[in-house]
Amino acid sequence: MYDIQALYEAQSVADAVALRQAHPEAVVIAGGSDVLIKLREGKLAGCSLLSIYGLDELRGVTMEADGTLRIGSLTSFSHITRDPLIQRHFHVLGEAVDQVGGPQIRNIGTIGGNTCNGVTSADSASTLFAWDAVVELTGPDGVRQVPIADFYIKAGRVDLRPGEIQTAILVPRAAYEGYRGHYIKYAMRNAMDIATTGCSVNCKLAPDGTVADVRIAYGVAGPIPLRCPTAEAALRGKAPSREAVDAFARSVLADVHPRDSWRASKAFREHLAVELARRAVEQSIQLAGGAV
Amino acid sequence: MAQYKLVRCRLNGRDVETMVDVRASLTDMLRNTYELTSVKKGCEVGECGACTVLIDGEAFNSCIYLAVWADGKEIRTLESLLGPDGELSDIQQAFVDEAAIQCGFCTPGVILSAVEILESGKLYSDDELRKLLSGHLCRCTGYQNILRAVKKTMYRRLGLPLPEAEAPAG
Repeated sequence: MYDIQALYEAQSVADAVALRQAHPEAVVIAGGSDVLIKLREGKLAGCSLLSIYGLDELRGVTMEADGTLRIGSLTSFSHITRDPLIQRHFHVLGEAVDQVGGPQIRNIGTIGGNTCNGVTSADSASTLFAWDAVVELTGPDGVRQVPIADFYIKAGRVDLRPGEIQTAILVPRAAYEGYRGHYIKYAMRNAMDIATTGCSVNCKLAPDGTVADVRIAYGVAGPIPLRCPTAEAALRGKAPSREAVDAFARSVLADVHPRDSWRASKAFREHLAVELARRAVEQSIQLAGGAV
Repeated sequence: MAQYKLVRCRLNGRDVETMVDVRASLTDMLRNTYELTSVKKGCEVGECGACTVLIDGEAFNSCIYLAVWADGKEIRTLESLLGPDGELSDIQQAFVDEAAIQCGFCTPGVILSAVEILESGKLYSDDELRKLLSGHLCRCTGYQNILRAVKKTMYRRLGLPLPEAEAPAG
């Protein structure tokens, strides 16, 4: 038995919004692989739950008329990895979420829960930052869209207003077309572990082989996932030479600010940040048809 | 005041329904209401995999799954694998043959993950199998025998010869 006071089960998105307003103290539960663990630990003991897990309308990946990729917030990690649209247009996300926990966790864990949880180590988050994803929120005043970088406010806190639930993650066509990328999760174990640091890089090459655009984001390099604009500016427009790639990797230190924690030291995470940037950008350039 | 909900599901091939306390996990419901004690209570935080069941063909940790979510789902536990006279299924027999069991506590869960793997009808490499089985902790066997049992059954079901290195000596 979980130590909960009451359970409200939403029957539709509109119902979820109404329940959020009627029971603002209730904790929203999607797949529950974070919420139910916190309950077991006693952290949420005695709370009420608002379950949105039954909302099948929030499952699946589709492409909208303008080419925007739409990932329903309750789509599980394993379904994202197997999805043909993801494999074709946003392969890195499928690879990143295939490194969350273990197989059973990937069957229950949802991308909406992973992002609404607001933690820096979420395997999906750095890739969503690196691909300029947009979060769709539905609330009493209708639907609004927020860039993922603005959605994260601080550790454990996201821009989810009273009455709102997250309904989709959107990736506009301009954010994915022509880009190829790579995600590296550094952890102590290959399964059932949280990233010590995670790095997601993607790039687009110009016809002459120079780097038309490059984007890099980290998890666990700060209290929330973050981009490295200094490094991106350092490589954009350059030929992908060994020197340019090394300079790119070193300059991530201008923007990352990891801390000492019991998992790893600040110094080790900074070392990882540089090394992962180098490896992930080399792989991205290769995937985009170039060579370092 | 306790809150209950009617949960109807297809459980090991039978349509069943029961009133469930909304605070129950799926593990609670399967063990307490349906006496399916192959579903083990291990860590209860989704790490050890001992409580794994199949829901609509996918493996889930039933300890971190609200029992009320089972409504309308098709659920299978290890008990569903036995033949009409209690015969072991091929994957269970492979676990016996390969000594992939010692204390047996993790075994029902591992076998259900194996069932999901086998039912995909795909041929996986050893590395892929290790990853697909990584949601289980086994403190007895060291995993190698488990891997061998799943691999052997996968090849047999696909009608393919087991690669040389894995065939029994002599």
